[in-house]
Amino acid sequence: MKPKNTTIPSDDDRYTITEKPLCIESITQKVITANHGATLTFIGTTREMTGEQRTLHLEYEAYIPMALTKLRQIGSEVEQQWPGTLCAISHRIGTVEITESSVVIAVSSPHRAHCYESSRYAIERLKQIVPIWKKEIWDDGTEWKGHGQGPWDPTAPGQLS
Amino acid sequence: MEIIIALFAGLADRIGTSRLTFTTTEASVTVDQLKEILTENYPAAASLIAVSFVAVNQEYARGEVLITSTDEVALIPPVSGG
Repeated sequence: MKPKNTTIPSDDDRYTITEKPLCIESITQKVITANHGATLTFIGTTREMTGEQRTLHLEYEAYIPMALTKLRQIGSEVEQQWPGTLCAISHRIGTVEITESSVVIAVSSPHRAHCYESSRYAIERLKQIVPIWKKEIWDDGTEWKGHGQGPWDPTAPGQLS
Repeated sequence: MEIIIALFAGLADRIGTSRLTFTTTEASVTVDQLKEILTENYPAAASLIAVSFVAVNQEYARGEVLITSTDEVALIPPVSGG
């Protein structure tokens, strides 16, 4: 068995896969710098009700080294698309209870417009290319969730909304 | 040639292990050939293998990419992070 409470950071510490609860404040602080006047933090949390279905909790699994590589790639794409924008992403694995955070994405930029655009891009891209999987645990069963929308192609370029 | 294939999530459940060791007579196989071999050996997982991507050395690989014994190989079912 792998040890609990594992945290695997990227070399620059801006991207993390961890079994521990996510700290929104510390992830956000990673992107706040003197010349950036706007910071936006997206928090993905475990939802209890999906239609009529009650989720008890979620369980996440990751292909950790590749997941970190792909999180770094998202950061690079963000910096290329919105020059000067900084990105930090942490994703939790293991059990995530209702209302707890599974993913935190912080972006900062000199001006707010780039934050709003890049934050949306980063979460959509994460759901497309990062090898992490979610299992829903109900009181009467479990299911590994697949890709949410249409045929899955992680090699397709990211879409700017 | 011996290839170790990492499996995840629903694919690991369906095939019954998170790590497959595979021996082929050839010195290399393509990504598409590997998916065909796995589909033949694990018909119960065929539909999930069909929509999965092969990652070679932690990068999604196209069907014609050659896999050799030193490569890190994983079969990636549709992701659902976030």
